[in-house]
Amino acid sequence: MVAPTAERIEREAAAAGGATAISLGTTVITLSSDSVLALVRRLKAELEFDLLVDVTAVDWPQRTPRFDVVYHFYSTKHFGRVRLKTLVGETSPVVDSLNSLYGSAGFMERECHDMYGIVFRGNADLRPILLYEGFVGHPLRKDYPKLAEQPLVPYRTTERL
Amino acid sequence: MTPPFDAGLPNPVRPAFERGVRDDAVIVNIGPSHPATHGTIQVIAMLDGEKVQRVDVHCGYLHRGFEKECEDHTWHNLIPYVDRLNYCSGLINDFAYCEAVETLMGVEITPRCRYLRTLLSEYSRIADHLTCIAASLMELGAMTAFLYMVMIRDYIYEHLADLTGARVTYSYGRIGGLARDLPEGWLARLAEILDKYEVFVGRIHGLMDRNRIFIDRTRNVGVISTADAIDRGFTGPILRSTGAPRDLRKDAPYLAYGELDFDVPVGINGDNYDRYYVRMREMDESVYMIRQLMEMLPAGSLNVDDRHCTLPPKELVYTEIESLINHFKLIMDGPVVPAGEVYTAHEAPNGELGFYLVSTGGGMPYKVHVRSPSFVHMGGVNRMLEGYQLADIIPTFGSVNMIGGECDR
Repeated sequence: MVAPTAERIEREAAAAGGATAISLGTTVITLSSDSVLALVRRLKAELEFDLLVDVTAVDWPQRTPRFDVVYHFYSTKHFGRVRLKTLVGETSPVVDSLNSLYGSAGFMERECHDMYGIVFRGNADLRPILLYEGFVGHPLRKDYPKLAEQPLVPYRTTERL
Repeated sequence: MTPPFDAGLPNPVRPAFERGVRDDAVIVNIGPSHPATHGTIQVIAMLDGEKVQRVDVHCGYLHRGFEKECEDHTWHNLIPYVDRLNYCSGLINDFAYCEAVETLMGVEITPRCRYLRTLLSEYSRIADHLTCIAASLMELGAMTAFLYMVMIRDYIYEHLADLTGARVTYSYGRIGGLARDLPEGWLARLAEILDKYEVFVGRIHGLMDRNRIFIDRTRNVGVISTADAIDRGFTGPILRSTGAPRDLRKDAPYLAYGELDFDVPVGINGDNYDRYYVRMREMDESVYMIRQLMEMLPAGSLNVDDRHCTLPPKELVYTEIESLINHFKLIMDGPVVPAGEVYTAHEAPNGELGFYLVSTGGGMPYKVHVRSPSFVHMGGVNRMLEGYQLADIIPTFGSVNMIGGECDR
């Protein structure tokens, strides 16, 4: 199968209200957070982007909205790649979870939630994964100091384990 | 003194389930410090007798703030740090990271560097697969197989130490090139080691392939289908063991892979035996590729002649002011990487290793994110553990080859 052209992806993105650009050879779609789920469903069903490769975020503290949530998709059918970016604000950093479409979304969204405090609506399991219960703050935010110390976790008795 | 205890505080690990569907289900905790989970990882399993009903995998015990730390160092300074992601094949991490930075800078590496990076990537892949197979065979009791394979791996480590100065953490990649060229006689020794590899891996085939005990423990254990594997984001040998010939070296050739002749071995069933066999066959393909690359390796310079990223020769640094300033700026401020973002993926031994870099135009990265195959695999490994015996957790987990360094970052 042939990879969809940039124009084809652009048409799909435009239909969902997103803008498309080419950055160093990769197609990058930017769109608002409420259309993400609808567009990704189209990308998966129509354009065969069947592998959710990565979910992360970028923090721009001086900008409103503050965060980019960045998704990377790959196709095991036509080997194309696409990057999807959506902007969410600091007060309600919420975006729809992709775990209804991709099983891999669960863990990667958990990590993104750990690190940036992005809330993935619909992901019921946002327990800490690389951090631990009781960790205060979101370490990859730019306003989290690198040398910040965390409160000590007290000893627990064994029957609670 | 009694330690402080506050019953109101949450447990640092909260399992996804508290009680079983049946009253007699037992919840057992395996790890994070367990000799058979080679890697600091915790598996919380709900058992019905010996059968695993549900599994909740927790990682993060080796989390050391890699991505946060990266934002505080120059682009070059990160190279020793990316080595420690997948510490079984540090060179592949180096090269993937360097290629990502080079893409942002628009630097094209020299042909010799390109072929040498390909050769060393394949060499690292052999070391990584040897580690994985040796450890998982040892966990099933095959001590001889372990010793044979680790012996070959040790030849490789010593040989790489001749080239890079370190056995495991090489710090050998450079933006725009490599740290140093091959020492004299290195390729001759490489040919010797590959011959030894064939002898000993041949013995492993003889010991394991038709071994009743080994087959009973691995055949139809930890089965995963292609559709499930893709859904869970699995790449690398796990995806290939299900029968899907997906390999970035073939599908989206980078470095010199487009010019090499090689096969992509696949499995049939997606079980532990297939993962063992796919890794064994991949090592053979790597040997075949290395032999081609030894013939193809061109002469010429190793590093690009670009003062934006490559350090000037030492004798010039000591004799002329421009080179001295150039050296100083590259070390103190870091190479200036144009603003932009890039995602570069390489086929690491465990699957797709991706670097997502964001630059704002300075000498330090604004963001570094690693898409590590092990982390994604840990998100879906419960599919391969549930429904099998408690004892099957060990071989299945071994065949996935979780590497704590890249999983927890």
